[in-house]
Amino acid sequence: MSTTVDIGTKNKKGQVYTDPNDLFFKTPRTSFFLTGSEIIKEAIKRSSCGMSVAYPITPQSEAASLIGELFAEGYVDIYSRGASEFDVMSICAGGSFGGSRCFTTTAGPGTLRAMENFPMWAGSRLPIQVCITCRGINSPLSIQPDTLELYYMLETGCLVWHAETAQDLFDFIMKGFIVAEQPDVHLPIAVACDGFFVTHTKDVVMMTPDDMCLPRYDPYRSPVPCMDMECPPVRMMRDPFVMKNNYISYATHASWQQEVRAAIERSRKHTEALLDGLIEVENGDAEVLIVSSGTAVSQGREAVTLMRDEGFDVGLVKIKTLRPFPSRELQAATRNAKRIFVPEFNVASWLAREIKAVVQDNQRVVAGPHVGGGMTMPPEIIMERILRTLKSDKEALAHV
Amino acid sequence: MKPYRVLPGPEEFLPPSAASMGIRLPDPDQGHIEGRIVPEEEAMERAAQVFLSAKVPTIFPGPLVLWSWNEKAAKKATAIQYLYDVIRESVSSEARPMIIPMADYRPKYPKINPEVEINPNHPNLTIWHNKIDACMFVGVHCHQANLALKIIRGGTDCFTIAMCAQAGHEDANLTFRDATPEKIMNFAGWIKKLKGTV
Repeated sequence: MSTTVDIGTKNKKGQVYTDPNDLFFKTPRTSFFLTGSEIIKEAIKRSSCGMSVAYPITPQSEAASLIGELFAEGYVDIYSRGASEFDVMSICAGGSFGGSRCFTTTAGPGTLRAMENFPMWAGSRLPIQVCITCRGINSPLSIQPDTLELYYMLETGCLVWHAETAQDLFDFIMKGFIVAEQPDVHLPIAVACDGFFVTHTKDVVMMTPDDMCLPRYDPYRSPVPCMDMECPPVRMMRDPFVMKNNYISYATHASWQQEVRAAIERSRKHTEALLDGLIEVENGDAEVLIVSSGTAVSQGREAVTLMRDEGFDVGLVKIKTLRPFPSRELQAATRNAKRIFVPEFNVASWLAREIKAVVQDNQRVVAGPHVGGGMTMPPEIIMERILRTLKSDKEALAHV
Repeated sequence: MKPYRVLPGPEEFLPPSAASMGIRLPDPDQGHIEGRIVPEEEAMERAAQVFLSAKVPTIFPGPLVLWSWNEKAAKKATAIQYLYDVIRESVSSEARPMIIPMADYRPKYPKINPEVEINPNHPNLTIWHNKIDACMFVGVHCHQANLALKIIRGGTDCFTIAMCAQAGHEDANLTFRDATPEKIMNFAGWIKKLKGTV
């Protein structure tokens, strides 16, 4: 049943299947200066990806077409184009049901058009990876980064990781396959980055050698029956898996939903090991903290420097995973903070709401500054928001 | 707040998944008893005590061991048959050991026959009908096992044991992980060893 390859053997392109921990942490890396889209291609080149399906949502990201080049070169086994994003995600489901490691990309309106498929993937326990290069979702359309679409992803049952930089993107894509495919997790994963800022700009990224790759996915370790010629859907399940089923109790449906969320919880220990924790803290003892995810963290880091130059002590918390949400980690990291600022690239401030739901004394949380529609977020506006709030706090204290 | 424990039910209308209550899976060579991580041999001893003191100790073999997928599955099935024979020889004369298959995961229409099968979509029916007070899942795909274990915990007082070939099950009252034919035989050895002491 198992198709697991032996570590140390070569694939048809001469890449050596390498133990993930060795590949991630022991092999020497080389620096490259590439765009985020090119980084996605390079990560997939090293990921023993069986199948990729594209709906070319250019100009958001060139990744889908670049992966087409990988197919032409023989690094990806199957590559096709869907008629729409919904079609793409449905084809990915078929590929994953059949035991293939599947990867695709989408963004903004495409993510929403594909949305019905994400909970279906999760309920079917398909460890597909979708790279979401965030962009605006509404009319008038924008190709600039706007993270509102991630809010829609949070309760789909997918793991959701948010890369800050191209380096994160490279690492998260490869590590994401490993965590998502663990038998006790086995869920789809959305690896997100802020489109345009990350996808279209060049950055220095330390990459693993391209003659080494991840071991192939073994579908027979799945927590649900793997479809093959001996095990067609009807043998194990009366109805096709994705269809409405009137013959199971609603308690089973509810238990099913709980099990998907339990699997997200189980991903914690695997993620902590590979990402070195679900959050990253700099100067955590400061009374003022900036907490965010994605490129808002980079802007927050710049704001910390500006504030330090002005004589203020400000710390930074970078959230790497939105699902699982790092509740306990945030509670610990923000324990001593008097004010917690959450800069975001979306109009809804959904991340601030998530943080408010888990930290003690959540009146400390300031939802902002936030921008939308693809606006930039200069660090000066973060600094201005902090100074204005601190001044207001001081005045309020003076009136007591 | 007291730490959550994975106790036999009936727990509530819709019990939470144990993972959402902070219960973690054991590492290799460990098991868990009611959510507490323990050395595997301690879990073996406790599971043997549970089966020896039960009125209707029951094994629920699933598709991964019922169908002859490969040599490993066949060996595991042989080990399970041996375990069942050991249980029958070791329990008191009042006990009624059973082995009830979960041959697939298809919902049964109009309803299952609880005399002869168990189904992950309504496992409580088989537990109730046969008055099963201790059971062991083996060879059931992890997703389906977790569904069933949680429904059993919600509506019955049955003590559940998972003999899992992967990472184990938080939703069982007691779990083993990385199950092999040898591990199943070891469990049978524990039942033999504790025969007459419970």
